[in-house]
Amino acid sequence: MHPADPLLSVRDLRIAIGPVDAVRGLSFDVRDGEVLAIVGESGAGKSLTARALLGMLPRGATAAGSARLRGETELVGARRQVYAGLWGRRIALVPQDALSALSPVHAVGDQLAAAVRSVRRVSRKEARARAVAALEQVGIADAGRRARAYPHEFSGGMRQRAVIAMAMINEPELVVADEPTTALDPGTQRHVLELLARRREETGASLVLVTHDLAAVEEHADRMLVMYAGRAVESGPVDEVFARPRAPYTAGLLASLPPDLSPALPSAEPLPGRARGGPVAGRRLPSIAGAPPTLAELLPGCAFAPRCPLARRAEPAEPAEPAEPAEPAELADDDRCRTELPEPQRLGDGEREVACHRWSELPDRPAELFLENV
Amino acid sequence: MSPASALLDVRDLVVRYGSFVAVDHVSFDLAAGETLALVGPSGCGKSSTAAAVLQLHRPDGGEVWFDGRELTALDERALRPLRPAMQPVFQDPYGSLSPRCRIRDAVAEPLRVQGRWDRMAGPARVAELLDLVGLDPAYGDRRPHELSGGQCQRAGIARALAGDPRLLVLDEPVSALDPSLRAGVLNLLADLQERLGLGYLFICHDMAVVRHFSDRVVEMRDGRIVDER
Ligand SMILES: Nc1ncnc2c1ncn2[C@@H]1O[C@H](COP(=O)(O)OP(=O)(O)OP(=O)(O)O)[C@@H](O)[C@H]1O
Ligand code: SF4
Ligand SMILES: [Mg+2]
Repeated sequence: MHPADPLLSVRDLRIAIGPVDAVRGLSFDVRDGEVLAIVGESGAGKSLTARALLGMLPRGATAAGSARLRGETELVGARRQVYAGLWGRRIALVPQDALSALSPVHAVGDQLAAAVRSVRRVSRKEARARAVAALEQVGIADAGRRARAYPHEFSGGMRQRAVIAMAMINEPELVVADEPTTALDPGTQRHVLELLARRREETGASLVLVTHDLAAVEEHADRMLVMYAGRAVESGPVDEVFARPRAPYTAGLLASLPPDLSPALPSAEPLPGRARGGPVAGRRLPSIAGAPPTLAELLPGCAFAPRCPLARRAEPAEPAEPAEPAEPAELADDDRCRTELPEPQRLGDGEREVACHRWSELPDRPAELFLENV
Repeated sequence: MSPASALLDVRDLVVRYGSFVAVDHVSFDLAAGETLALVGPSGCGKSSTAAAVLQLHRPDGGEVWFDGRELTALDERALRPLRPAMQPVFQDPYGSLSPRCRIRDAVAEPLRVQGRWDRMAGPARVAELLDLVGLDPAYGDRRPHELSGGQCQRAGIARALAGDPRLLVLDEPVSALDPSLRAGVLNLLADLQERLGLGYLFICHDMAVVRHFSDRVVEMRDGRIVDER
């Protein structure tokens, strides 16, 4: 262990499930006390990545590469006993589905107390007191009585609070939350996220937050990692990525937000040809043309190429007359999107990374590239 | 009789759970081709209203007219053939599909219920529906837990569209999708509405999406309608 080692360091993570390479070489760090948001395409491998870190991959999935906790503890391929020693005290999961994280047959307080006693040698009474305190810390009123209730007697929001209490009770260093509020009632989502952020701050843990809620990313995350088809396309400080996306996919993601979602998002600028509400015809939102790729059939080159407006622009125009063949070197250059996998490269001072051959060609208002199917 | 123009006419709807009144004399109507958003804080009765409209939970009072028929007067047997025409799309991506059922069977189910399943054309129709929501038809072989959250939610939408519905009750239908897919699915729903005149009862907390997508907004609080605009 070296003091300069980040809390978590993921290098070239690969996850295969059956014949499909779902995660294809993912590298990122999680620093002490930071919130890293993982956002991106549905099916990009965010949940599989989260599960790989916790040693909870579905059956039939295998992980390769490396994910080290503080430079020493290797998580990829670790045996169950290793994980058993880490769960709760060093790393914890807040899953999307709270019911899957709690046992239906034990009272919530008993489950929390058991979690305490699995780590510390304390009396039953003390474990019990800690369990009640943990429920209080997540804003559950009348915690002493609630601790005796079973998960199904809790509302969805309360249950997710209890799961957060469970994840935090032994003060882990790293909490991985996979869409912790998606299944919740709308009004409750914000409260639960705020609570998660507050408990993270109080315990000094680092948080990896997988989410589609870009407003939540803006509010709670320090840095963000954008994924597409099992790879990182871009990463960097949240405000910088929002202000100036560098990867075409990120630009498309931000352009797809409905207008006036958040004043800080670039998509909030009125875009030409975009009516608000009113007749149906005015209701189209910019979106990224085409469908997400099927991982089993990925072509060589950049996975985003079939949908990418920059790659399309770069396609050599149909030659009017078949005379002059293009310079071989130039042709190879134009084709890079389709033949060569873009590797992440650092921009400037190294806080930003982008994996795109043509990032420097992205216009100042990239949202305009995605207006054609409005 | 219900007014001829309304696809859906809800009158004085009441839903009680024990002594708790979740929906308290709620009335609204919805024309074909129209989107009505139902908004309001957590627990205000939106989802109970939706379930009662679809007769998934029989209301304790009031009338629900759909396409000129009084659903509240029909028994389960009489409702069954009507169900594919009024379909829910739920928020919880994994909870809304049966965990044991393959995706292609789940999508085919409304066709089977209507007695419209055709062994020759059926599979192609299922593939077409999956394709429509941006899912590779190869995913049809999988079960819900073998899909990502967003893939599952799109399978739920494909299923809702299978029985040529006239009314969709969309309860946070795009919550599990990334913003671009969300925009794509909302665009698809707008297209279908324009082409086929579907009526949408749209439950959503994201006011930016609501403003963008709805013709009218009904706001509920404590089981009652408090505002209509
Ligand atoms: N148990 C499984 N069996 C087979 N394939 C799976 C399984 N779990 C996930 N996959 C596939 O792996 C890919 C990545 O899935 P993952 O759940 O990590 O996506 P995600 O980024 O979390 O997406 P979402 O935003 O929709 O939740 C998807 O194509 C999915 O279909
Ligand atoms: S590498 Fe090419 S195809 Fe991929 S995002 Fe960049 S420009 Fe588009
Ligand atoms: Mg997921």
